[in-house]
Amino acid sequence: MGDVGYLADDSTALTTYLAGALEKPVLVEGPAGVGKTELAKAITRATGAELVRLQCYEGLDEARALYEWNYKKQLLRIQAANDGQAWEETHDDIFSEEFLLTRPLLTAIRRSEPTVLLIDEVDKTDVEVEGLLLEVLSDFQVTIPELGTMTSTRRPLVVLTSNATRELSEALKRRCLYLHLDYPDADREREIVLSQVPGLDDKVARQLVSVVGRLRELELKKSPSIAESVDWARTLIALEITDLSDKAVADTLGVVLKHSSDVDRAVRELRLKR
Amino acid sequence: MTLLDRHIEFLEALRGAGLPVSLSEGLDAVTALGLIGWNDRTQVKEAYAATLVKRASQRATFDGLFELYFPRMVGSGMTELFAPGSAEAAGVAKDGPEALSEFTSRLSEALEADDVEMLRQLAAEAVARFGAMPGRGPGLSSWSSYTALRRLSTDELTARLIEGLQQGGWTDEEAARVGARRVDRFSGLVEADARRRIAEEKGPEQIAKIAVRPTIEKLDFLHARRSDLEALRREIYPLARRLATRLTQEHHARRRGAVDLRRTLRSSMSTGGVPVDLRFRPKRPHRTELVILCDVSGSVSNFATFTLMLVFALREQFGKVRAFTFVDEIHEVTSYFKPGADLVDTMTELTKATEHSARMGRTNYGRAFSLFQERHADALGPKSSLLILGDARSNYSDLAVDSLRAMADASRHAHWLNPEVRTQWDTGDSEATRYGSIIEMRECRNLTQLSEFVHDLA
Repeated sequence: MGDVGYLADDSTALTTYLAGALEKPVLVEGPAGVGKTELAKAITRATGAELVRLQCYEGLDEARALYEWNYKKQLLRIQAANDGQAWEETHDDIFSEEFLLTRPLLTAIRRSEPTVLLIDEVDKTDVEVEGLLLEVLSDFQVTIPELGTMTSTRRPLVVLTSNATRELSEALKRRCLYLHLDYPDADREREIVLSQVPGLDDKVARQLVSVVGRLRELELKKSPSIAESVDWARTLIALEITDLSDKAVADTLGVVLKHSSDVDRAVRELRLKR
Repeated sequence: MTLLDRHIEFLEALRGAGLPVSLSEGLDAVTALGLIGWNDRTQVKEAYAATLVKRASQRATFDGLFELYFPRMVGSGMTELFAPGSAEAAGVAKDGPEALSEFTSRLSEALEADDVEMLRQLAAEAVARFGAMPGRGPGLSSWSSYTALRRLSTDELTARLIEGLQQGGWTDEEAARVGARRVDRFSGLVEADARRRIAEEKGPEQIAKIAVRPTIEKLDFLHARRSDLEALRREIYPLARRLATRLTQEHHARRRGAVDLRRTLRSSMSTGGVPVDLRFRPKRPHRTELVILCDVSGSVSNFATFTLMLVFALREQFGKVRAFTFVDEIHEVTSYFKPGADLVDTMTELTKATEHSARMGRTNYGRAFSLFQERHADALGPKSSLLILGDARSNYSDLAVDSLRAMADASRHAHWLNPEVRTQWDTGDSEATRYGSIIEMRECRNLTQLSEFVHDLA
């Protein structure tokens, strides 16, 4: 996975391997910005598969997750049919594959090429959608009353991500492997920052990672994540700062900390002058 | 004992510690282990973790149990074989003062270099040499991390390490921070090793019951250590956010009110007079106004401050919140909670403010209630909910039951949260039943119970 620009630690690598070997979905949890979605994309790149993504949000329903009938086209078909055609025939006709709109879940199941299905931010959905996912994730099949049951020819690798804003049901968790992604240790973070932001001086990267590490030790409302370290590195390059002095840290702190009380606290604890 | 037995026992222990490990998850674990083999201990551990642990907060419990059931090594392991130790060779007792100084210098080196593998070996050696308690009867633990750490004197170690780091070019402050952290970690290793040895002698089931701490959500407020308090405080914001999301979702689900006939008829115009779409009256959201009275004496104060922080973190979910603290005086603390303020600062200020609520320093519920009626009776109204936090231990003073009844009558709802175990109610000076007959009293000992309660309240 290192080749495709994702530096995974041992547990991430092992869990991903198990997901492939056991053909089970992986549930990835962790704070925002530690690379949960990026993991799915990296798996896609590493296996040469294609990514099918289902972004979850409140109010997501079957029609937008699984499949829908293209009723406008069906109406056209009925109107276009000449009067001589029997109703039975029309009926069979309009419920065929031609009028089926597949949504991400069904698309992923029906594909015969290698697929990675990313179900992003599962915790944002309503509880009913979880019930829907159960059938899809355990048997990889979808039942459409008019067409019958569709079973996958080739099981997609499923990655679910969650920010843990809500407790997912035990039934869903039971079917998944679980991976908790956390902030990486200093060395790995430095590697990640350097690989994401080429052109960053090694010394600055080291300073940056150590400051971020200290910020995470403080009790902040939102600890800086990897995404923020990378943003910070980009900022430093843009501002052509080659030495991360206390003043430079104080000036650019807004990039990593997103609450004013957090900034105040950091300035106080790190003894920065503003 | 076969590997399978050990596996089953491990699952049993996890269940005993409160992890919901199902049969199918156990089977998954076995399949996963079949794939990766038993060669690498870390991989075995990760495979177990991926299949069995489905919540990040349970990981610590899992780690502890894994160390007990699948120990890194047996006895003193390889160290005895490969490093006979120069001290013993010279005929010196293995835990004598010379051995100690020799060991300390090796340990300091390892700490300075931050060599984790070496430290682990040294931790095992430390327990073997200095933590042994021979001569105690069978069934008593014969290894003590406490003795080992006291012999090594961690304070001295830290001081030496800090000095070493400073010479290595670290700034004072950084050296102090890093030094303390490294020594802490080493103490952790020593404790784990002592646990492992005891488990080896007595069987892991015994030790699993006592040595493994409950997850942070299940931790008793009254038994929290200082480090636990910090962990608890870190949980408040995530917990508040989770609760807020849940509340908003449930609120949305209940948004539809009664059928609005006028709008339904109006919209039926577009379908030729057939009411296809029903229109509903939106439900008026009602927000609870909250008045909180907290006992902030002694150990109960932790519980009270946590509840206050949580409630104020959820401020948007309530109409208005007013908070009072008392020991034997009553003091309003609402102004300490500013929107967006720093949690740690607020907590410190709250603790400082405690002295305003204490005159004699002995908890007196009766006095607090009568004073509240005297000075702040206007805080309670038909829209407000009254919430009292405390253990109802009033030092045998006058209970002022009438004041409390008047307060309960003036407000719409009244709740009492008691951080003590129900079995301890009414023991000693606890007046749980008498107060409980006026205001319904609920046991609230850990974060899970607290968040359930706050959720029902909003």
